[in-house]
Amino acid sequence: MKKIVRQLVFYLGLLALWQLIFELKIWPPYLFPSPQSVLESLQMGFSDRTFLIGMGISMRRIALGYGLSVLLGIVIGFLIAASEFLEATLGGLVLSLQSLPSLCWLPLAVLWFGLTEKAILFVVVMGSLLAVTINTQIGVRHVPRIYLLAGRNLGAHGFRLFVHVLLPASLPHLVAGLKQGWAFAWRSLISGEMLFVSLGLGHLLMMGRDLNDMSQVVAVMALIMAIGHLVDRLVFEKLENRIRQKWGLVGTA
Amino acid sequence: MSETLEAPSTSTGKLRLRGVSRSFHTPRGTLAALENIDLEVREGEFLCIVGPSGCGKSTLLNLMAGLDHPTTGEIWMDGRQIEGPGTDRTLIFQELGLFPWLTVQENVEFGLRMQGVGRQERRARSQQYLRLVHLSRFETSYVHQLSGGMKQRVALARSLVTEPDVLLMDEPFAALDAQTRDLLHEELARIWAETGKTIVFVTHNVREAVRLGSRVILLTFRPGRIKSQFTITLPRPRHLEDPELALTAREVLAQLKEEINKAVEEEYSHEENR
Repeated sequence: MKKIVRQLVFYLGLLALWQLIFELKIWPPYLFPSPQSVLESLQMGFSDRTFLIGMGISMRRIALGYGLSVLLGIVIGFLIAASEFLEATLGGLVLSLQSLPSLCWLPLAVLWFGLTEKAILFVVVMGSLLAVTINTQIGVRHVPRIYLLAGRNLGAHGFRLFVHVLLPASLPHLVAGLKQGWAFAWRSLISGEMLFVSLGLGHLLMMGRDLNDMSQVVAVMALIMAIGHLVDRLVFEKLENRIRQKWGLVGTA
Repeated sequence: MSETLEAPSTSTGKLRLRGVSRSFHTPRGTLAALENIDLEVREGEFLCIVGPSGCGKSTLLNLMAGLDHPTTGEIWMDGRQIEGPGTDRTLIFQELGLFPWLTVQENVEFGLRMQGVGRQERRARSQQYLRLVHLSRFETSYVHQLSGGMKQRVALARSLVTEPDVLLMDEPFAALDAQTRDLLHEELARIWAETGKTIVFVTHNVREAVRLGSRVILLTFRPGRIKSQFTITLPRPRHLEDPELALTAREVLAQLKEEINKAVEEEYSHEENR
């Protein structure tokens, strides 16, 4: 309860500060919108359904792109962890690729796939795949040897050892990777959408710019943050908490 | 009470080790952990292996479990050479290796699940063994919610549930407080008597070995060889305070001390060389 009050006070204060800066008229209103005009933009966007459609399109893309990243990332991560050869070769490459901002892939993506859905998906996958891969790999490497020994000792080997011991044992790191991967995927998607007529949230933001409508820009930004935050809270935080409770890690990290 | 090293002639050997050696390659050179171990573990026997730390006790158990392979020599179980882990023998690790992502019951069922036993039978059998170790009330708990002694019992139930002939235990009670350890000694002795399992129990605690074992084997410090063995004929149930037990323990301890001194000397010589 106390936490909610604190948060409420903080955000109200932030809003008041924003309003104050607006009132000071340092910048003209078309460059620095008031909270009220942003709210109106939000209302308008939702009532004429453009925001809803944009969100729908973005969510569909992220589901596809992120889903693909997770699948590929976990598989590649386990493969790298399982093979010293792959670790020495592919492992290094993955690390250096991770330092590339995903947007760097856009020129290539556009050349390869054209200004299409596929180009955006490609950027999303390249943005989040590596985070999932690296965390999976770390997760596997951190699995205490005793679990594998115990598993083998109780008759698990090969694929069953993987499914029943290695996979669950690396879950805490894996979930961290999924969470990080989600954040990267969401950012990559929005940046990708900003660059051409793609109808997603990123595109709506750029439309605001093209129309010199800063209220819309800020409104879409707020929407992007809200979705990112909500998914993090409702999906990943819950998942992490559940794992930590089960494992008895609560309060130790 | 001390015997010569020849294998007893009347034994029905459950586990046989013939000329088993195990060495490891380290940056400092080859380290011989075990050297030329000849050992016969009889069916239904409670064999305790004691020795100073670094004598290769755990290595010996890992070899018997099939989790490791001897450099030279052979290990046979029921007339078949051991090539890997098998459900006829399970190892209880010092660190236990209970799975934190499973409930107590799921942990106990794990071995059965790997064997493809159906859900209902798994349930029935895991409950049977959880009863045996007095943990029925905790079947839905997670491992971290249990005390050290309870974890030990889960590990015991988990190993017993697949009904292995041989139970290999690697210093399982080392990390427990004295009372809990005493309680678990009693339970283990009872379970051994009830199930008739063959148990190979590794410890550095001589009194523990003498209290539990029907035979105690003493290993030398690096490389581990069999130094001597003692047949313990003390009546059961045994108690740590029994004067006869203390007397026997002292006898074993005297020999163990020689090995511990060697270990200490070697440690110091390493320190000086640094």
